[in-house]
Amino acid sequence: MKNKLLPIIITSLFIIIFIFFYKGLQNSNIYTPETKINIKVPSFDAELLYEKKLINSSELFQVDKFYLLNIWSSWCVPCRQEHPLLMSLGKNKNLELIGINYKDTKINAKNFLAELGNPFKKIIFDDRGINAIEWGAYGVPESYLIKNGIIIKKYIGPLNKTLFNEINFLVK
Amino acid sequence: MLYSVIGNYSLLLGLFFGLVLFYLSVINFRNSQVLDTKILSFTFLQFFLVVISFLCLVLSFVVSDFSNETVFNNSHTTKPIFYKIAGTWGNHEGSLLLWLLVLTLFILIFLVKTKNQPIKYRILTLVFQQIIIVGFFVFLIKTSNPFNHIYPVPTEGLGLNPILQDPALVIHPPILYLGYVGSSIIFSSALAATSLNLVSKKWASHIKKWVLSSWVFLTLGILLGSIWAYYELGWGGFWFWDPVENVSLMPWLALTTLLHCVLVLEKKLILTSWVIILSISTFALSMSGTFLVRSGILNSVHTFANDPERGLFILIFLFSLIFLSLFIFFFFHNPSKNNPSSFSLLSKETAIIINNWFMMYFLSVVLIGTIYPIFLDVLSSQKISVGPPFYHKLIIPFLIPFLLIMAIGPKLKWIKSNLEDKIYLIALLVVSILLSILIVKNFSSNFLINTILISSAFYLFFITLRDFFSKGFKNLAQNTAHFGFSLLILSILFNNLFSTETITNLKVGETFENSKTKIIFENISQKEEKNYKSIIAEFTIQDSKGKMENLSPELRIYNQPNIVTSEADIKTTLLSDKFIVINLVPNQEFFNVRYQVKPFMLWIWISVILISVGGLMSFLKKEYEK
Repeated sequence: MKNKLLPIIITSLFIIIFIFFYKGLQNSNIYTPETKINIKVPSFDAELLYEKKLINSSELFQVDKFYLLNIWSSWCVPCRQEHPLLMSLGKNKNLELIGINYKDTKINAKNFLAELGNPFKKIIFDDRGINAIEWGAYGVPESYLIKNGIIIKKYIGPLNKTLFNEINFLVK
Repeated sequence: MLYSVIGNYSLLLGLFFGLVLFYLSVINFRNSQVLDTKILSFTFLQFFLVVISFLCLVLSFVVSDFSNETVFNNSHTTKPIFYKIAGTWGNHEGSLLLWLLVLTLFILIFLVKTKNQPIKYRILTLVFQQIIIVGFFVFLIKTSNPFNHIYPVPTEGLGLNPILQDPALVIHPPILYLGYVGSSIIFSSALAATSLNLVSKKWASHIKKWVLSSWVFLTLGILLGSIWAYYELGWGGFWFWDPVENVSLMPWLALTTLLHCVLVLEKKLILTSWVIILSISTFALSMSGTFLVRSGILNSVHTFANDPERGLFILIFLFSLIFLSLFIFFFFHNPSKNNPSSFSLLSKETAIIINNWFMMYFLSVVLIGTIYPIFLDVLSSQKISVGPPFYHKLIIPFLIPFLLIMAIGPKLKWIKSNLEDKIYLIALLVVSILLSILIVKNFSSNFLINTILISSAFYLFFITLRDFFSKGFKNLAQNTAHFGFSLLILSILFNNLFSTETITNLKVGETFENSKTKIIFENISQKEEKNYKSIIAEFTIQDSKGKMENLSPELRIYNQPNIVTSEADIKTTLLSDKFIVINLVPNQEFFNVRYQVKPFMLWIWISVILISVGGLMSFLKKEYEK
């Protein structure tokens, strides 16, 4: 009995693998995150960069306040470029900056902020790039403007002077 | 133009001869007294036609014949001749033609080299190999013909991706393919031997050569890819657990296990099921590697083109071969008849079997990490990527018993009889543990696991080192490979533990200083090359002892296609590498500078070469004895 069963099990296992691969081929392999605008911020647990504790997203975003969530990394060159703009946005009292440190090491991330300044209220440490995916990010840097727990605007790539003015205008 | 026509027709003729060979084989199999000489000549002819076709493609690249679509997509007139030739296999179509070239070459060598093997076995191996060859012919001609025409003829090509323009990468694919395709012979031969019930000690010692040669090529191929990633990608690492790296690692793991099983089978008629299954899986894994990379189901540097038709073809082809081999295995293989003796619990064979299971475990970790994202995507449309932490967590703990068994395994025979050896084994273990504690002491993080890991690697290191002296030339091949492996693990561990990194922004003339190093940005200059412009920065690095070192990383701006690449400058010394790379920051005067000190980098390469040398020695030894 055992001798008959084994071939059947193994063969059906391979048939299942075949079906999965076949279906996988049909799916588009180009990863296009949905443009997540006018939707609620995702709910997740995350590790923080400076404190050794887990935080839930609901604790991060309060109602009636503007937030700018910025995904960055110490190895990302455009992030350095936009950093001065984030520094001055950090001075805006109507806006609170939250960072997601993407696929980085803690030491490098801290050095980066020590060198260029830290505009963020809280920083999520996302060394495996999982939280960034939940936000539907394409890459680094990317920024999301949030109000009342709703994403109202998404900026792909580094911020520039125009976008900087736009953000300042929106949060007035 | 002319070359394309000749190349195209050679391919069609090659396919035709493949079909003729099927017919001849069937006839010859029925009345099999001697091997039909026609079979040998047609096999040679098929190989010859593929050579012609391959040369035609090379020539099309050399003369920059842009009426050929493959050349147009992957070459440019200003490219150096060396890279024009290399461009032949730096793309999907050309690399498949290379596969075919090696496939036909190997079956020819097989037929010539197996004159004293049973006729039926030779013919059946040829048949299985021709199934693969014809499959590849059809795939090449139907979905990825390297000789497609473009009209009107463009005046200039699109150029080869600059990160592929590197000497290590020129020989990386051919060497890797020799390994991959070598496994096809093992596959065909294992199927033939199973069908004819020929799996025996004699068969093992004959197939051992093929296993060894594929294994050496695969090892070197992976090494070259790794060296390329280290020098060219400029990320300062040598292994990224990228899906494409994984698909070359999986056949290697299977092949390494197979090698050890074949070595046992050569001495004792056990492990036949292991050998057959591993022969099948090594090739199936090589093929799935091709499927995963070429279908675009996974994305990476190696993905040349995303054509669903191609993916579908390889998928169906791959699974037909898998089902065929499953059928043969379950219907023809009779393990009870082949497994007459059981073996004692405390023996070399037991050690090999235990480590085989560990190898299978490592293989399944890599396999799951590679294909799980595909499954998840199909099931829930979720996209994830599996990164190094997954592999490290699952592999590292099991590396410890693996290394220990690898150290003790070859000794097991003596443990009961020889007390002196026992003392040595324990003494060396103590020395290893003490040495590791001494080294890891200053590093607070993960003290326990690091100490145990380094101890077990040192243990294998010392034991194999001692064997060089105590045993001399006996088992030299095995000892060299195992010694190389312990050195590899040690180098990787030290490299991970003691690497340091500094990232900063510097303008020309500025200096960065911390407690350990001083980085001085001395100068910057420009240079024009044939197909790129380069910006060369000059740095002086001063370490804590005041020793000065000059490093000059480069930024290359390629003209066709227009891509900027960072060329790291690496100063390699016996004990550590100094690695510096610069990046352009748009609209700024300063450059982003990354400086790393990576200990024992050189030893990672040396140890892998040692491992391959071990395989090579074993390969040559067999020749010599005959």
